[in-house]
Amino acid sequence: MHLRTILLAATAAAALAAGAAQSKTLVYCSEGSPEGFDPAPWTAGTTFDAASRTIYDRLIEFKKGSTDTEPGLAERWETSEDGTEITFHLRPGVKFQTTSYFTPTREMNADDVVFTFMRQFDKDGPWYEYAPGIAWEYFNSTIASSLQEIVKIDDMTVKFVLNRPDATVLATFPMDFASIVSKEYADQLEAAGTMEQFNVLPVGTGPFTFVDYQQDAVIRYQANPDWYNGKQPIDDLIFAITVDPGVRQQKLVAGECDIIPYPNPADIAGLKANPDLTVMEQEGFNVGWLAYNTQQAPFDNPAVRKALNKAINKQAIIEAVFQGTGTVAVAPLPPTSWGFNDALTDDPYDPEAAKAELAAAGVSDLSMKIWAMPVQRPYNPNARRMAELLQADFAAVGVTVEIVSMEWGEYLAQSSAVDRDGAVLIGWTGDNADPDNFLGVLLGCDAVGSNNRAQWCHQPYEDLIQRAKVIFSEEERKPLYDEAQVIFKDQAPWATIAHSVTTMPMRNTVTGYAQDPLGIHRFVGVDKAE
Amino acid sequence: MLRFILNRLVLIIPTFVGITLVAFLFIRLLPGDPVILMAGERGVSPERHAELMAQFGFDQPLWKQYADYVGGLLQGDFGYSFSTKKPVLTEFMSRFPATLELAVCAIVLATVLGVAAGILAAVRRGGWIDQLTMGTALIGYSMPIFWWALLLIILFSTTLGWTPVSGRISLMQFFPDVTGFMLIDSLLSGKPGAFWSAVHHLILPTIVLATIPLAVIARQTRSAMLEVLGEIYIMTAKSKGLAPRRVVWLHALRNALIPVVTTIGLQVSVLMGGAILTETIFSWPGVGKWMIDSISRRDYQVVQGGLLLIAVMVMIVNLTVDILYGLINPRVRHR
Repeated sequence: MHLRTILLAATAAAALAAGAAQSKTLVYCSEGSPEGFDPAPWTAGTTFDAASRTIYDRLIEFKKGSTDTEPGLAERWETSEDGTEITFHLRPGVKFQTTSYFTPTREMNADDVVFTFMRQFDKDGPWYEYAPGIAWEYFNSTIASSLQEIVKIDDMTVKFVLNRPDATVLATFPMDFASIVSKEYADQLEAAGTMEQFNVLPVGTGPFTFVDYQQDAVIRYQANPDWYNGKQPIDDLIFAITVDPGVRQQKLVAGECDIIPYPNPADIAGLKANPDLTVMEQEGFNVGWLAYNTQQAPFDNPAVRKALNKAINKQAIIEAVFQGTGTVAVAPLPPTSWGFNDALTDDPYDPEAAKAELAAAGVSDLSMKIWAMPVQRPYNPNARRMAELLQADFAAVGVTVEIVSMEWGEYLAQSSAVDRDGAVLIGWTGDNADPDNFLGVLLGCDAVGSNNRAQWCHQPYEDLIQRAKVIFSEEERKPLYDEAQVIFKDQAPWATIAHSVTTMPMRNTVTGYAQDPLGIHRFVGVDKAE
Repeated sequence: MLRFILNRLVLIIPTFVGITLVAFLFIRLLPGDPVILMAGERGVSPERHAELMAQFGFDQPLWKQYADYVGGLLQGDFGYSFSTKKPVLTEFMSRFPATLELAVCAIVLATVLGVAAGILAAVRRGGWIDQLTMGTALIGYSMPIFWWALLLIILFSTTLGWTPVSGRISLMQFFPDVTGFMLIDSLLSGKPGAFWSAVHHLILPTIVLATIPLAVIARQTRSAMLEVLGEIYIMTAKSKGLAPRRVVWLHALRNALIPVVTTIGLQVSVLMGGAILTETIFSWPGVGKWMIDSISRRDYQVVQGGLLLIAVMVMIVNLTVDILYGLINPRVRHR
């Protein structure tokens, strides 16, 4: 038989098999393998897409395509007047998924909520280290330091008691680590001595039920017929793991995928020109910046920092580095955040003014280092190129730049040091919708020597973000964050450079998909035309 | 022959010890701290950093870490991946069949076509067949794998639609793993079209992975054949009036095969390198991609365990080649 005949026969057989299946299947070609399926111990977005956003639900959820929140497994919640207690009233009638390895005998209740958080909090509990080296990084870096205890009031009411008022805690409940897991399933595994299965064979209450995972290749889910918001329009969801972005694109064009994340920026124009495809775009919930070391001369002088900021041609960076898939960053917050101050204006690109202001600040023949990240990130797809453009911009105002780079682990460690030499290219993608996740985590005095790579501790700014942190009302917090951003802009500890634009190409047959500002890929409400 | 095999087996022991040491030191000599890399931009406090380093045992002196590692190996414990929290051996074994299946198909294709092309080029030395074959071999040898793979995908998958872009089997085919070898599992599943779908998915990755070994084997076969064809005993065979085909296949090829077998053995380790790129491009869930990810995450135990297991596989292949060499060339086993 000729090779072509064999290939055509095989294609026909595959098509027949597909036709025989009859169910509506959506294929998402994901960018990598999940680390596991327990939603709490992991930190990668790839894992969150495959585990928490498909299989699990949370007490509070992000609204589809938004950073706003809405009730999830909690129907409602209230905070005490002193801001140290948050009480959740659970949604009745929520069922955990029935799978080939677990059949629930009861509905979700307060025991599951308490267990979800206590396994991450109680160092002496049997689940705290149920797998070798397991760590609860998100829980520890967000809620742990404020949490005093979790109290079951009754079967459908749970109270979180804090050791100090902390409005940012509420913003962490829609995060992945706070996905609600089944205590009944955990007890069953513990009794059987197979606790490690908790991370391999997941059970949640979410829109899709886990079916199978072929290592590094395919994850299969079925729509959960019992989901509290109703069964999804698609019957089967498949994550076809396709690491190479060029190959993902080819699979989409060939019809082997319905939707893909993270295309190559260079391929986007071609994808947009393809009549079979739709390309959705949205500003990412991230920011990339150049952090001066504000504790070292001459960068301890805000006038010098502001002058250098005026020397940067950000638009040229957007075009050369982001190839159009970015926007100029004005503030340390993305514009899609509710805390963003839209009255801010950016420093104008004005090399002549920059030169004059540097001279006025007594700076001449300045030599400095710019650190270029060795890795690609959405907020900075090519740090080396960005550093070269900055080098040229600064040379135009008489500043000599030496570009340094090193292995990523070393870069992260050394760029955090208080006595670091020069300015660092770095960035951040929001974990949750709270402005403190940018303004406090990256610029607060507590973060000097770690995430605050500008080593900037400015008391008027610090006072504002600390005041905002203990107020639970968004309306009351917003003016404080607006003012903090004005101070930031005036003091210029960073040159804010860009927010990425996230692109999601998909077949025209896909309907109901909404891009998520936080970079989550979820398939609730997604349908596929025949 | 038995003595020859035993000698080879004894030589494996120091090699094995050397590999444990190299694998252990290699990942630790790379700059970068695994805990800081794991935390990424989010950072980690000094207290938490110390806690995690202790939890993973990275705070111990190097000699202690090495002793624990070797102690574990002697009990069959390759350690745990600190990124997935699963045993390294389990992780390796779940991926190795995919790599082996692809590597076997690639080496078979490379050997059959490479030897045939080499013989043809030698017999037609200086002619257009020789020029064409060796020219193609040179191009194949110099071709960057990722580029070659994408070219094939664009031509055969996206444009002509003859082959799938990537993966091991159609997503509509779903059956449990029995052996991990998709060709076998698809047959065992009894599902219509499953086996052909698996074959269909193997075509492009096999061609890509086989390209460099094929080129090397073809060139080696040609030069070995030319050398042998110039020997006096070949001239004697020809002058006795033996048919040219008989001279080539019976007298020349067997002797020419000796260096070719060595080349094929060496190509197995080259295949492991090529598998990293091929597996990444074709979304082939094998050990190559797993190792690269683990190196970038500084997942020490996976890298040292994975390297060791891959090295063991290569050693087994080398031992097999040595034995084959002994069978083909009696002078080797009697030395």
